[in-house]
Amino acid sequence: MTRLYRLLLHIVLAAGALLMALPFLWMVLTSLKTFAESMQAPPTLIPASWQFGNYAKVFEETDFLRYFGNTLLLTVVKTAGQLLFCSMAAFAFATMRFPGKNALFLLLLSVMMLPHQISLIPTFLLVKELHWLDTYYALTVPGLASAFGIFLLRQFFLSIPAELGEAARVDGASFPRIYARVYLPLSAPGLLSLSIFVVMAAWNDFLNPLVMTSSDEMRTLSLAVASFVGEFSTDYPLMMAAACMAVLPLIVLFAALQRYFIQGIALTGMKS
Amino acid sequence: MREIQIRAPEAAPAAAPRAARRTPRGRTVEMWWAYAFVLPAFIVLGVFHLLPAAASLAISFTDWDGLSEIHFAGWDNYAVLLSDDNFGKAGLHTFLYALAVVPISVGLATLVAVLLNAGLKGQAFYRTVYFIPVVTMSTAVGLIWKWLYNSEYGPINAALGFLHLPQPNWLSDSRYTLVSIMIVGIWAAIGHHMIILLAGLQGIPQSFYEAASIDGAGKLRTFFRITLPLLSPSLFFVVTTSVISSLQLFDLVFVMTGGNPALLSSARSVVFNVYEEGFVLFRMGTASAQAVVLFAVILLLTVVQLKLQKRWVHY
Repeated sequence: MTRLYRLLLHIVLAAGALLMALPFLWMVLTSLKTFAESMQAPPTLIPASWQFGNYAKVFEETDFLRYFGNTLLLTVVKTAGQLLFCSMAAFAFATMRFPGKNALFLLLLSVMMLPHQISLIPTFLLVKELHWLDTYYALTVPGLASAFGIFLLRQFFLSIPAELGEAARVDGASFPRIYARVYLPLSAPGLLSLSIFVVMAAWNDFLNPLVMTSSDEMRTLSLAVASFVGEFSTDYPLMMAAACMAVLPLIVLFAALQRYFIQGIALTGMKS
Repeated sequence: MREIQIRAPEAAPAAAPRAARRTPRGRTVEMWWAYAFVLPAFIVLGVFHLLPAAASLAISFTDWDGLSEIHFAGWDNYAVLLSDDNFGKAGLHTFLYALAVVPISVGLATLVAVLLNAGLKGQAFYRTVYFIPVVTMSTAVGLIWKWLYNSEYGPINAALGFLHLPQPNWLSDSRYTLVSIMIVGIWAAIGHHMIILLAGLQGIPQSFYEAASIDGAGKLRTFFRITLPLLSPSLFFVVTTSVISSLQLFDLVFVMTGGNPALLSSARSVVFNVYEEGFVLFRMGTASAQAVVLFAVILLLTVVQLKLQKRWVHY
């Protein structure tokens, strides 16, 4: 590769990266401006005075901590549920023999093909019948397992040599023991990949909380961010401060676990 | 994200020693444990996904409002859709959105992935930056871009003004509302596609390129004859999932139009319609019919793509 060519590549990639990053930069810069400064035309780039107080104001004017807690709670519960239930089912599909296995697996595949919207309305009606509307149950229980999660972990479990389980079996280990002591410890990367998908989907989910909750106490961050458009009217510095805090945890998480994020995402695009 | 290539459930490996399983009692024990293992997941999936999907189909043939008595309505809800102006618009917008977002986002992602794969320094840095929009919640993305698009105080028009270019009223000009949302959709999807394509590129053995260069193939020829065909399984996956997610457009429309009827009339999507019919107007029957139509279209397009892949995907 010639130097010139390499430089050219860098210029193209950097230009693209700038386009990716600028909206976030503008978010942060706006969040630190006064309301008056945000309403200047043409806009200023760097805040004339840094208004870190905007962030505190978000907490004063809204129940932001509560939204944060709600989102954290639903994310943790969904992730824990999926890790447990999906890995259990995946273990059975990957290692055990039982009547109806193929039929259940086909059923699983068909669930995976269903777009979420098709079950939205009956799920809502069901949740309403259960008197779960506007509760944490509505936000978490329907997401405690997923066909995708079972499928993903099954692929992982299939890559573990069956002899390991067989040997444990011969030694008299029970199935739960083989699951907990042989398969789970060996599939840490798979469990981490699934967690990443669930965390990302749960933290950022909008349609479900929108439909399943109505009160301010049950709001999630994504709902809050969407509703600020109406509530703060045109106070973009406050909205941007709120948006900044809502997206930061996942960006930090991504930066910390980048390798696993990328492996997990790339894995789903692989032939399996 | 969905797996497309699916392997049938494994037949149990025959040769492995299976002393513990051979006895009938052992098999019964294994069966009951297996059912116990799959039960929790299948309760959740059955109650909250599978049965509701079937119920959706049933409700689509009724005039239910979610409260009063249910009446069978036959094909009425579907017949109404044919003449429903909002649904027609939603269908058109969703179609146009997918038509623009899928090829452009996949095309740009391919370009970025190929450039990144050239082995430059700073690959990890670029990859990180391109990926950040993917982990960002779509409502925040919508909000940020709404502010970027602001015709008076937004940086986009300020930059265009600085360059003496025309400054459209992006979101509030009905000619550009959908285009504005498309741009955001493309921006947000590139990183995701890029990661998958980059993984695909890194799976291409270096020896193929060495052979091509020995044969004197140029860069373009190498790209079209080696890179693209070997990348085609990843491309296929990205295109298929991208079509599905584009057709499910909702969050950006919700946030960026802010429910403004004028903006909605030039940007409403099918899922937005389902939401509006079901949860704003409480017409569960029509909403379900629309969801069923969306599902049918997604299924049809996926099947068509699976058929077409034989022509261009090389495994």
